[in-house]
Amino acid sequence: MREVEVLKILSGVRRVELRRWVEHGWVLPERRHGELWFREIDIARLRLVREIRRDMAIAEDGVPTVLSLMDQVYGLRKELRRLAEAVDAQPGQVKKAIADHMSAR
Amino acid sequence: MAKDPYTVLGVSRDASADEIRKAYRKLAKENHPDLKPGDQAAEKRFLAAQAANDIVGNKDKRARFDRGEIDAEGNERVEQASYRHYAEAGADHPYNSTDGYADMGGMFSDLFGRARSGGQTVRMRGGDVRYTFDVDFLDAAGGTKSRITMPDGKALDLAIPAGTRDGQVLRLKGKGAPGLGGGPSGDALVTVNVRPHSLFRRQGNDIHIDLPIALHEAVLGAKVRVPTIDGPVSMNIPKGSNTGARLRLKGKGVPAGKAGRGDQHVTLKVMLPDDPDPELVKFLEEWSQKHGYDPKLDIEA
Repeated sequence: MREVEVLKILSGVRRVELRRWVEHGWVLPERRHGELWFREIDIARLRLVREIRRDMAIAEDGVPTVLSLMDQVYGLRKELRRLAEAVDAQPGQVKKAIADHMSAR
Repeated sequence: MAKDPYTVLGVSRDASADEIRKAYRKLAKENHPDLKPGDQAAEKRFLAAQAANDIVGNKDKRARFDRGEIDAEGNERVEQASYRHYAEAGADHPYNSTDGYADMGGMFSDLFGRARSGGQTVRMRGGDVRYTFDVDFLDAAGGTKSRITMPDGKALDLAIPAGTRDGQVLRLKGKGAPGLGGGPSGDALVTVNVRPHSLFRRQGNDIHIDLPIALHEAVLGAKVRVPTIDGPVSMNIPKGSNTGARLRLKGKGVPAGKAGRGDQHVTLKVMLPDDPDPELVKFLEEWSQKHGYDPKLDIEA
């Protein structure tokens, strides 16, 4: 999606602000024909940044920390899910051994 | 089925715009789906709060709602997928972060190290890293250079400026954790612990020391050598100096940048010889007959 279209659907976000978020590296649109091109995930992330700034009233300085923590959590959750799938694909005996190990503290 | 937006936000119908904004922010912080991944109840509360705020958080829409012109759902809202929906989706994306697995050991670092996405990644400044560094009293007062080895094995050259105080934090720009995706590194923050000295005490930018002197030096006056943080200097002890008398060596304290230097204060302490000889004892016996005095009189009521 082109920048003008993004600005249309992201109410309350000004062009300078959007550009700054991209400049800070908070959102990483692609570049197509010398123009910014926003994927769906970029737009969802822009909404997230807008919510962090407006709804949660987090100062600009705090945004990279919040984003970095979220990225780590999602990265972790994604890998955990893959791990869970891998465990799930194992024979019953292996699954039980893993479950026993997890519940033993 | 949207509930009454005032009930959702927990405010009264005559709440001020400020109260509504605060109530909404509180709910948003508590229930944001990106902060409570997987908590569906929280996500519902967040969406409800967002929908409620869309109406009563907007002056025009609130007025229209209050007049009954629009219902609690307001205008048609497009269902928006949360960021998490994309972030946790199977496909690789530039925001994917697998930082922080390296120390988990074994399988995790192997598996996730390989899973790291290539190409463009988020560019962010690295974090600040804190260290403590012990330094000798005189090195801190006079300034010194030192090389410290950081936990990751890298050496860091540290310049301790003259006059560094105990607990002072030195910031080394760009020596902290590396940035993400080519972002700038964070800073190293080094807290300096100054080891106490057996002779010198520091108060502000002044140095205090106790100087033991002999009985005859106290009574007759003398020229003595006094240690300072720059090495010994000579100082005149006036005739009749008593224990507790304080002499000042101007400019012999701690360097304090533009403020110049502090002073050194020397507190005298009259010491008898270790084992008073018979000559001294005999002299004092005769002397006290004629010149006896009692300094205790001063402290008795």
